Formats: sequence, structure tokens, C-alpha cells
Amino acid sequence: MADTPKIQLSNVHKGFGRKVVLDGIDLSVARGESVVVIGGSGTGKSVMLKCILGLLRPESGSIKVDGEEVVGMKARDRERVMRKFGMLFQGGALFDSLKVWENVAFGLIQGHKMARGPARDIAIEKLAQVGLAASAGDLFPSELSGGMQKRVSLARAIATSPEIIFFDEPTTGLDPIMADVINDLIVKCCKEVGATALSITHDMASARKIADRIAMLYKGRLIWVGPAKDVDHSGNEYVDQFIHGRAQGPITMELRA
Amino acid sequence: MSDFLATIGRVFLNFLARTGRLSAFTGMAVSHVVRPPFYPRLIMRAMIEIGYYSLPVVGLTAVFTGMVLALQSYSGFSRFAAEGAVATVVVLSVTRELAPVLAGLMVAGRIGASMAAEIGTMRVTEQIDALTTLSTNPFKYLVAPRILAGTVMLPFLVLIADIIGVFGGYIVGVYKLGFNSSTYISRTWEFLEPLDVISGLVKAAVFGFLITLMGCYNGYYSKGGAQGVGAATTNAVVSAAILILVFNYIITAMFFGK
Repeated sequence: MADTPKIQLSNVHKGFGRKVVLDGIDLSVARGESVVVIGGSGTGKSVMLKCILGLLRPESGSIKVDGEEVVGMKARDRERVMRKFGMLFQGGALFDSLKVWENVAFGLIQGHKMARGPARDIAIEKLAQVGLAASAGDLFPSELSGGMQKRVSLARAIATSPEIIFFDEPTTGLDPIMADVINDLIVKCCKEVGATALSITHDMASARKIADRIAMLYKGRLIWVGPAKDVDHSGNEYVDQFIHGRAQGPITMELRA
Repeated sequence: MSDFLATIGRVFLNFLARTGRLSAFTGMAVSHVVRPPFYPRLIMRAMIEIGYYSLPVVGLTAVFTGMVLALQSYSGFSRFAAEGAVATVVVLSVTRELAPVLAGLMVAGRIGASMAAEIGTMRVTEQIDALTTLSTNPFKYLVAPRILAGTVMLPFLVLIADIIGVFGGYIVGVYKLGFNSSTYISRTWEFLEPLDVISGLVKAAVFGFLITLMGCYNGYYSKGGAQGVGAATTNAVVSAAILILVFNYIITAMFFGK
């Protein structure tokens, strides 16, 4: 069914003081689709995700989740909508005062009011899905390596079987092999729960692997959106420069003292 | 010249913005303290952290304060032959002023700093954002339990400090200054009124609220990595200490100022 898109952004603007970060974003993500937004550091990729999650409030424009306007939504309704989401944060953002399994089960216990016993069982199961032993569940996040923390974070993001999962630079700071492991896990997890995925990254290997469609963000606008396989012959010189990682081209790094 | 005026204007607007933000934060925090859902586990943990683990620091502060107070008032009062008032001076000073203020300042250093650092670190590592995405209100989960625990536990701490402080005075009075034990005790009770202790406990509750509010507020709005968390910690302790001294005067004036 060609129904309403899962997420729809229209003409979203957001700035901090005089600095314009998002300058009219239009993007729609269909149910079950995986869209990856690429772009350089500081182009507003994270801000876009945070606007959809309601952590930041856009100045103007509309953001719809399942056809429901979320900009300016009341706190109670927002909590209900948030239950559809899972998010993998760039730095992991694991709660360091809680054990690994409590981290993974957090959304189940707090958001879905599940008892601790069954929530723990699900947490252990999710940890197994990302390739971690049950014994890791009793450690604290600080006792894990960076790659393992990312995996725990992924397990937490999928624990509540969310309809929509956001990935904020899932492979940043990992070695190439661990990055590929995480990419595989993302693809596998999204397939298993049938989730809609929206990711942001500047790692092209990761983008090619997990994306159905790729969008490029530059100076607060989406300058190119297309199927992942077309990214190599997009005919857009900005996209070309970015995916080949050249210093010369239309994108100039603004270096200021 | 216009630069100068612009700076003044900017500072003033900044001040207003901060005042507004703090008021909004306080309102939100209080409203979440009284509305369900509650987190008994977290409230318990905060109570133990604030009440139980502050006992050694507060107890030591109280005992030495009581001791020095007995010594000082004895040597001062002997100049006009009023040594007999030492017990009364100790108990009134400790219950009305010194126990709540000194305990408040010590707890501000201990708890205010650790709360600001913990919540500030959670802010800069996106853990607070993560809470929101896991359908948990950070005010309810992080702020409300701490403020509730602080407001409830400080009076208990101060009551204990009262007892220990008076005991410190008794030790010095009896074993060093040569007072008769039963005379000292009866002098202690003779002029003590319930309001002396109650006003001290009211102060303690207000201080507990202020300390935890400042710790949570500064942590919640910290930004910019390690340096930001450091600044938040400093601000939490300094602002809590100043507010304690200001509110100490206001509450004293309300109880005893005629």
C-alpha cells in the first residue's frame, strides 16, 4: 500500500542565534526503507535527527511521523510517539551507572512498564543478537571496549522492537572490521524487526552498505537524494567530491581562525 | 561607547534569560516531584547518598563547632562574669544557626558538586537525550528524586548535627572548663524552646532543596565537554553556598525578626 510515509519533513528550518543550520529540509522516508544522510561534519546532520526526536525544536516547517505532526506536540503525546523510536547515539550514550543488561532493558522497563525479570531475558536475547555473551550483561559500560559499547548501544536501540531506528554515525571511531560488523548488524536487525531506518554518517562504506536511498546534506539543504546504487553517477559534483573524499572541488572547508 | 552600552545590554539580557530559565527549571522540577510516576529505587539511592554518606562530614563539623563554641564563649563571657551562660549559648547557636548553615555548606560541597558533575557528564555524553528517546522524562528520572531526597534528608542530618554539636560543647564544658555535668545539661535544656530547633530544621529543608536544585540545574545545562562540566560543578557549589547564606537570613528574619 502506498500509504503515508513513516517520516516526512517539509521545509524544516533551524538555526542557533544567527547561524542557520537547517535551511528548508524536505525528506520523506517510506515504511521499511533505510535512508542514509551523508554530509560533512557540522552540516546539521545531528540537528536534523534531534529535530525529529523533539530534542530540538525547529523554527518553522513540519515534521510528521506516521502522518502525525510532532512539532509543538505536548509532552504526553510525545512520550507515546517516542515509543516508536530507537536511537543509536554517536558516542553510545550508555548509562554508566547501570549494568549493561539494565541499559538494554531500560526502554522496556521504563517506557513499556515491563517487570525486571522478563525485561532481563529480552535484554540477554538482544545482546546475543549483536554477538555479546550473556555474561557481558552484568558488566558496567565502562568495562567494555568501544566496539562492544557500540554493540550494546545497538542492542538498546532495538530492544523495544521500535518501528523507526535512528543511527547517528554508527561506525565513527571504530576500526574498519568492527565498522563492517556493525554495518552487518544494522542491516540484519532492521530486516528482523522490519524497521524503518534513518542514519547519518560520513563513512561512505557504511552508507553504501545500509542504505536503500542516500541523501546529501550541504549548507542546510539536501542537495541530492537518490537510490544508493546511483550515488556513484549522481552527476552532482558536490556528491562526487564527497564520496571520493577530495579536498579540491565545489565544497570548500571554511577554515577560520 | 556603543560597544560599552552593547556589553551592558548583553549582560543584562543574559541575566534575565538565566533567571527565566532557572525559574522554569524550578517549576518543572517541583511539578515532577509531586506527580507520578515516581521512582522509589532512585529516591532511595539519592537519600542514602545524601543522608547516610554525609553523616561523617556533618558529624565532624558539628562536634568541633560545638567544642570551639564552648571554648570561645567561656573565654569571652568570663570578661563580664557570665560563664554560666555557656551551655545556653552553645545550644541556641547550634540549633538555630550553626548546625543548619554549616551542615548545609558541607553538603553543598559534597552533594551539589557530585550531582552537577554526574548530570553534567550525562548531558555532554548525550545520556540525557538517550533518556528522552527511551520514553523517560529526564526531569522525572534525574532531577525529581534528587530534589525530593535533598529536601527530606537535610533536616534529619541537621537534627543529628544538633545533638552532636551540643554534645561537643558538653565535652569541653565538663572535661576542660570544669562545669558540673548535671548543671551543664540542665542549663542546656532550661532556655531551649521548640521553635529554636524547628526553625533550624525548616532552614535545613530549604537548604536541601537549594543544594540539589543548584546541582541539578547547573549539571542539566552544562555544555562543552570536560571544561563545561567543571564549570557546572563550581557554579553549583558557589551558587548553593551563596543561596544558603541569603536564605538563612531571610528565614531567620521570618522566625525571629520583629
